[in-house]
Amino acid sequence: MSDETPKPEALVKVDYKPPRKGWMDTKPDISRGNINWAAIPKSVEYLGLPYPRKWSPTDDDWQLPENWKEIILEGLRERLSKYRSLQLFMDICVRCGACADKCHFYIGSGDPKNMPVLRAELLRAVYRKEFTLAGKIMGKIAGGRELTIDVIKEWYYYFFQCTECRRCSVFCPYGIDTAEITMIGRELLSLIGIGIDWIVTPVANCFRTGNHLGVQPHGFQDSIDFAVDDLKDIIGFKVDAPVNKKGAEVLFIVPSADYFGDPHYFGLLGYMMLFHEIGLDYTFSAYASEGGNFGLFHSHEMMKILNAKIYHEAERLGVKWILGGECGHMWRVLNQYMDTMNGPADFLEVPVSPMTGTRFENTRTTKMVHITEFTSDLIKNNKLKLDKSRNDHWRITFHDSCNPARAMGILEEPRYIIRNVAENFFEMPENTIREETFCCGGGAGLGTDENLEMRMRGGLPRANAVKYVHDKYGVNVLTCMCAIDKAVLPTLMEYWVPGVEVGSIHELVGNALIMKGEKERIVDLRNEPLPGKEAVKDV
Amino acid sequence: MAQFAWEEISIEVDEDGFMQEPDEWSERVALALASTEGVSELTDEHWKLVNYLREYYQKFGIAPMIRKLCKETGFPLKKVYELFPSGPAKGACKVAGLAKPTGCV
Repeated sequence: MSDETPKPEALVKVDYKPPRKGWMDTKPDISRGNINWAAIPKSVEYLGLPYPRKWSPTDDDWQLPENWKEIILEGLRERLSKYRSLQLFMDICVRCGACADKCHFYIGSGDPKNMPVLRAELLRAVYRKEFTLAGKIMGKIAGGRELTIDVIKEWYYYFFQCTECRRCSVFCPYGIDTAEITMIGRELLSLIGIGIDWIVTPVANCFRTGNHLGVQPHGFQDSIDFAVDDLKDIIGFKVDAPVNKKGAEVLFIVPSADYFGDPHYFGLLGYMMLFHEIGLDYTFSAYASEGGNFGLFHSHEMMKILNAKIYHEAERLGVKWILGGECGHMWRVLNQYMDTMNGPADFLEVPVSPMTGTRFENTRTTKMVHITEFTSDLIKNNKLKLDKSRNDHWRITFHDSCNPARAMGILEEPRYIIRNVAENFFEMPENTIREETFCCGGGAGLGTDENLEMRMRGGLPRANAVKYVHDKYGVNVLTCMCAIDKAVLPTLMEYWVPGVEVGSIHELVGNALIMKGEKERIVDLRNEPLPGKEAVKDV
Repeated sequence: MAQFAWEEISIEVDEDGFMQEPDEWSERVALALASTEGVSELTDEHWKLVNYLREYYQKFGIAPMIRKLCKETGFPLKKVYELFPSGPAKGACKVAGLAKPTGCV
């Protein structure tokens, strides 16, 4: 953690008093801690995006193209006619304030412009000035605002201070989806060469190698081989883990962090154990080697291209259907955009579990099943032998990752799995879970070091709920099913609730799963002694 | 993006101090980068880690899995943090001249 980050005791004192000047006259504090660095020219060029250059948001001069204003207004005009939802969201808000205190960034920062209504107003005020009769004639009196470079800087600051988590939209009586406003704001900025590196470089990597990290096919194979060997030390034999196997029944897609980082990796081991045990005819792909879609954080165009790769690969390998791992944003794209962008995937079959015969009708157009739907169905049909006591060292709570929860309604499945693979499960308070879940603070491309203070602020509501169950029930692991969660929550816990680890649903499944022919299990998937086996491990 | 200078070394680094042209890496560059990480001396253990990262990088063009790094060097993650206080990705990889891993990590 950076030395410059304020200590929790200081950060927790959030000042909710609004600034003295009006919101149009208050400038944001563009400095390290609250922002994300600019996209590097190499990645911008790789994607063929406009205006690659070296610049920093902390510079006074952002080196914008001369006709930047024209580009933005034309871009907005085009999008208003293309997306009826945007036109509606621009016109319909009655400023009732229901969303105002629902944003984790507002709760953690006290900055009024992090109220979803005001974040949207940043775009809406320009829309009013340029695209409505009242605004054109009466300007500021009608809520209009002149588009200036300072407005662009504000857009950059606040549209990259929204994690597109959509908690606010749950409370909006009109159902305004502020995430979609943020998405349009980011698209417009991209037109004049404003983007952040944590989004643009992963997207460029994904174009080049098929995943955000830039892992090439031989590296992918090496990581899977390593996991097979690593697992052998724990269970006593090598599991099958096919890569690029043509004619497999199922293509399995994971976020690339699952085969790179901790604690994601323990969940990967869990999937591999499960598929081997039930004899699933599946394959990984070294090309569709990414579930996550950072294109979603950039523009509709990038999102569409990255999503298409999964389906191209399914077609090339000749699989029947697709299974997806513990990924967050992949599921928003899959469930809400895929059908009309790249689908329906008619060349695939409606997914049927070969073990239980369950037909996943809910996925009949996308042909893609969420891993917790698949695993909970196996448990429900008594297809797995599970030893809950192998998770007795964990006192567990579950963080609903924003997108599986709010964008596709996966609320019961993970809980059903946890209750069947472990004894000690404790829910956080009800207005912080399920569809009202609080974001990790680092979604939508904001999980950077330079944004750390704002991440700790944005993650405060989530951490506060974890602290409640930690203090009350001794919770020591926060499980989740999103790779960004697994990347940013450990830092958040270390900062606000030390003593709480972060884990996967399928890590717990792997621990509990009794496999045919397994050796006496002494350690869990983290290579830590299982409860009661501490003495054996030390021998 | 800035120019970082240390003794006779001058390299281009990003805002977080990661070098931009990994081909320009040398043992002297490693020493220079280590100085930014609060590591004043590179011991045999530091070099074991750095050399492992370099070899993996030359073969695969990226950093290895953290688990693999620990298993193959024999250093538990805790030890890696002792050697490089900012950890395997931000500390050890930086000194070894690797790019910063990006995405859900």
